This record gives sequence, structure tokens and C-alpha cells, in this order.
Amino acid sequence: MKIPLFNWRRIVVVIALLVFWEAAVKISGVSPIMVPPLESVIASLIGGIRDFTLISSTWATLKNLLIAMGIGLVIAVALNMLAFVSIWARETLQTLAAALNPLPAIALLPVAFLWFGAGDASLLFVLVNSVVWAMALNIFTGFSTVPVTLRNVGRIMGLKGMALFRHVYVPAALPYIYTGIKISWAFGWRTVIAAELVFGATASSNGGLGWRIFVNRFNLDSEGTFAGLLTIVIIGLLIEACFQQVERCTIQRWGMADR
Amino acid sequence: MNEASLCLDGVGIRYRLGASDFVAVENVSLEIKSGERVMLLGPSGCGKSSLLKVIAGFQKPATGEVRSNGRKITEPGPDRFVVFQEFDQLFPWKTVLGNVADCIRLTRKLPRAEAASRAAKILDMVGLAGYFDFYPHTLSGGMKQRVAIARAWSVDPAILLMDEPFAALDAQTRASLQDETVKIWREARRTLIFVTHSIDEALYLGDKIVVMGRSPGRVLRIFDNPFAETRDQPESAELRHQIRALLAGNQVAAEEMR
Ligand SMILES: Nc1ncnc2c1ncn2[C@@H]1O[C@H](COP(=O)(O)OP(=O)(O)OP(=O)(O)O)[C@@H](O)[C@H]1O
Ligand SMILES: [Mg+2]
Repeated sequence: MKIPLFNWRRIVVVIALLVFWEAAVKISGVSPIMVPPLESVIASLIGGIRDFTLISSTWATLKNLLIAMGIGLVIAVALNMLAFVSIWARETLQTLAAALNPLPAIALLPVAFLWFGAGDASLLFVLVNSVVWAMALNIFTGFSTVPVTLRNVGRIMGLKGMALFRHVYVPAALPYIYTGIKISWAFGWRTVIAAELVFGATASSNGGLGWRIFVNRFNLDSEGTFAGLLTIVIIGLLIEACFQQVERCTIQRWGMADR
Repeated sequence: MNEASLCLDGVGIRYRLGASDFVAVENVSLEIKSGERVMLLGPSGCGKSSLLKVIAGFQKPATGEVRSNGRKITEPGPDRFVVFQEFDQLFPWKTVLGNVADCIRLTRKLPRAEAASRAAKILDMVGLAGYFDFYPHTLSGGMKQRVAIARAWSVDPAILLMDEPFAALDAQTRASLQDETVKIWREARRTLIFVTHSIDEALYLGDKIVVMGRSPGRVLRIFDNPFAETRDQPESAELRHQIRALLAGNQVAAEEMR
């Protein structure tokens, strides 16, 4: 059983860290431009929520990532279906994933600029690349480790092709599918912030959280910069908690976790 | 309709072993009547599981063929449901009731409610009345096998294939599952083909006992068993002795061949 993300010890540690931040700033007398005190960061955070700019930036970032993960998932499943029927497709999938997965997604940005210009298409291209391989590889492992007995039971029940896939392979591979989604979320979340720092605002978006941080720093708005960082941390924790909750209701409940 | 519902006609099974073929089963011919209980008994490695896989349709025989009601078997299907020895044959993401009910629903295209009530009825019969909402990983091995048996019978297959389903259970659980198998069989009267290592189990559950031998796997002799559904009948001692002698003789012969 995993320890839930929000337990009381964790909350104590978080509070202690925030107190330490506040105390360190006050005692050291560091310039508020370098490290702003906690209360002004929180004030900036609340201000950003009040005037909606922080929310719309966050939403822009999340929307891009969710779209990219959606596209990535579709591609990963499609690649795996091909790999299911053809040994050549399987080899191609594994080769591409092995080659592209270790490549820091952000390194593709210049190429993306070259191909798609400075727009959402470039951002999506980089993001999809950052999420798709971890998904594809994990789904592949999931499908190839479905126990023979379960596959056979499915076949006895007369299931074939897509029906066998839906009723046996997909649920049996869920632990791996979740792992794939979690890893690609982690890759994608880092990539999207980094890419936004470089991209800036485009016609269809306000530039997201990454761009907001960059602009705030440029304007010497340290509170805003730190508020942006804090938002990134909080969203990351919330999403992690969501993943844990989903797992608790599914694969942990079914005794399929930690296999 | 032909009287023999299942017909094994000169079935041979080979496995590729390196460059050559390994003969696992040679020329097995059996006629099994509809509703008959046939026990496959034999030493480890004589090809009982292989034979069952061929009947189930997971594997093609190298020679001969298997016909069910005159139709050649080419692929697995719900008319020949298998209960495996492994405890992990249940879908872990479904509850006890879900495992059985969804199987009925998918194989017999019944509406959900009807499938569920049918599943509930048969789960009651194997003593799982209080466990409908349990997930398989929370059940004991014996309970998992009960669910697997309930699932297999619930689709009312023409032939039920069981490959040492009770081998990994303790003696008491084993005995009560044997009782339940008898009970359900009495209701359904379907063909049962049951692999076992235990002469006692074969005598208790089988109308016919097919004794197999090794090197290569083949049928040594087929016994009619008048002692089905009884345990430790003094009159069964002679049959028990014959089977034991046959198995021991084959063991000696197989060792001498090496
Ligand atoms: N997939 C396989 N590849 C190669 N050889 C196999 C394979 N499956 C079975 N065999 C061989 O075929 C023979 C028969 O195997 P099988 O599993 O049918 O025996 P069995 O009678 O069920 O034995 P047990 O009582 O131990 O379960 C054995 O010698 C085994 O090594
Ligand atoms: Mg076997």
C-alpha cells in the first residue's frame, strides 16, 4: 500500500518549510527582488487568481499538455495495435522509442520552429514527442505481459480481435497504461513549462505559466515569478494526488498494483 | 446425431525441440458420449494437458483430429469451457459475481440482469453466496477455483475440460470441491473431461477412467468405473489396484527404455 500524498506528516513538513522560508528571508535580510517574502508571494498568487490572469495562464498550459497527451495516447495505442499484428511494426516502435525517448524534448524546439514556425503547432509537436514514447513503451510492455491464462480464458469465451482487446488486454494492461500516463505526464509537464519560456505568447494563447514566469522576471516582479513557480508545484502535487486516487479506486482495489 | 459427442481420432501431438520433433502424444483415439465423465489419469509428462489443450482448440494436433458432434475442432470456444489449475484464471478487475455474470453475458448474449441472476444462482451452488462483491485477490485459492468452476458451468458448455483444478488445494477443500463438481454435474449432465493425478479423485468423479502412459504419451487402458460418487468402497479396491499396477508398470517400462 502506498502512503497517500496528503498525510498529516507531509502537511507538517510543508508548513515547516514555509515557516523556514519566511524566517530565512526576514532574518537574512535578503533583497525581496532575490527572494520575496512568503506573504507577498501569496498576495501575488491571490491577486493573479482574482484578476483571472494566473488562472488563464494555468489553463493555457494545462490545455496544451492535455491535448498533447490525448494525441500522444491515440498515437501510442495505434502504434501498439500495429505492433500487435506486425513484427516489423513492433521493431519500428521499439527502435523509435529507444532513440527518441532519451532525447530531451526541448532539444527538438529548433526543428519544430523550422517546420511549423513559432505557433501552437510547434509547441504541440514538441509536447507530443515528449509524452508519446513513454506511453507507447509502457503500453507495449503491458500488452505483452498479459498472463497467458487470462488470454486463453478470453478466447474460450469466444472473444476475438477488438473484443478480446477491450475485455482482456486493456484491463489486464492497466497498471502499465497508468505508469505510461504518469511518466509521460511528468515529462510533458516539465517540457511544456520550458517550451513556454522560449515560445512566449502566440496568437491563440497567452503563453501559459512558463511565459508568465519569464515576463514577471523581466519586469522585476519577483513575487509574480515565485507565485508562478508555486503554482507549478501545487498543480504537480494535485495531479499526483489525482493519479493516486484513480489507482486506489482501480488497480489497487483489484490487487493489480505492484505486480 | 452421432452417439459419441466427442471423438478423438488418431490424435498425435508433437513439439518442436531444437531441430527435431518431440512426440508428446501418439495416436490417441477416444469416443466420449455426451454427458459422460471421463478422467484422464497418468504420470507427469504423459501428455494429459496437451490432450486437453487440443480438445480445447488452443493447439492443433500433428496427426488425427478431434470432432465435437461431428464437427472438427479448430479453435477455442465456449462450448468447451476449460477450468485451469492456475488460481489466476479469474479477471482480477471483476468481482466474483462480475466474473461469472459477464462471462454469461458475453458468451450467451443474455441481458445483464438475467446473466446476473443466473450467475448468482450458480455461485450459491458452489457455496459463495456471501462473496459476490469480493475481488479475486481477496479470495483463498479454493474460493477462486470455486468461482472458476461456477463460471465454466454457468455458460452451460457441451463439454467441460478441467486440468487438475484441485491439485494445489488442501485435502479438505479438495474433497468439498469434488462434492460440488458432482452436485453441479448432476444438474447439468454435461460431458466432463477431467485431468488428475489422483486415483481416488478419478474413482470418485469418473464414469470412465482413461489411464495414460509415457514415452510416448498414449492410452494404456480405459476402465469403466461403477464407483463414481462414492468414496472408499471396499469393492473398488480391485479396480484401484489394477490402475495402480498399470501406472507402476508403465513407470518401470519407461525407466527401462532409457
Ligand atoms: N510448449 C511445449 N513445448 C515443448 N514441449 C512441451 C510443451 N508442452 C508440453 N511439452 C512436453 O510434452 C510432454 C507432455 O506434456 P503435458 O504438459 O501435456 O504433460 P502432463 O501429462 O499434463 O503432465 P503433468 O501431469 O505434469 O501436468 C512433456 O514431456 C512436456 O515436456
Ligand atoms: Mg498437466
